[in-house]
Amino acid sequence: MADSGAPATPDELKQRIEAGIAGATAEVTGDGHHFNAVVSAPAFAGLSRIAQHRLVYDVFGAEVGDRIHALSIQTKASTTESIA
Amino acid sequence: MSDETTNPLREQIQTAIEENPVLLFMKGTPDQPMCGFSAKTVAILQSVGQPFAAVNVLPDPRIRQELSALSNWPTIPQLFIEGELVGGCDIVTEMYESGELQQALGLDNAAPAQAPDAPAQEPAPLSIENRL
Repeated sequence: MADSGAPATPDELKQRIEAGIAGATAEVTGDGHHFNAVVSAPAFAGLSRIAQHRLVYDVFGAEVGDRIHALSIQTKASTTESIA
Repeated sequence: MSDETTNPLREQIQTAIEENPVLLFMKGTPDQPMCGFSAKTVAILQSVGQPFAAVNVLPDPRIRQELSALSNWPTIPQLFIEGELVGGCDIVTEMYESGELQQALGLDNAAPAQAPDAPAQEPAPLSIENRL
């Protein structure tokens, strides 16, 4: 699916997280190998941290640990779906 | 689909998780962590005075493959408490700073604190079970 040749970028990760998790907003920083993502999504509400982080990891599947060498995650449940 | 019964390595991992109340799968050893995330997680466990068992996943890539398949968690380190995956470095750090980690470990002095930096100088008393 994803071409393993092209280096990952923070922007790509941000877009894929926001596309992959309904209502999510993500801020991603990184150097092409190590990334840090701060993700808010209504879908996180009521989930354990483990479950929240899994939703984010699931966006990237086997790329985490491989093409995306390391992905640090902080998750927040956003209480309202629309933020003015 | 399921090949649990024909996968001795996965069974060994499962047994280790069940038998060790606090078990850390990491890169390297507590005395010689080979990755900053593993080092930080070790430092947090040591700073709360929690003895733990540790498994180095580096000697054989299949350990990590089987562990991740079993735990549905892609990265290392992975901390298990009472057979349950608690999380990796990010979650352990958050839980440590909020005092939840100390609670989950049944430690009383659950004072929130700043996460320690990775290198822990003095070796804390640990029981290392590297049985894989």
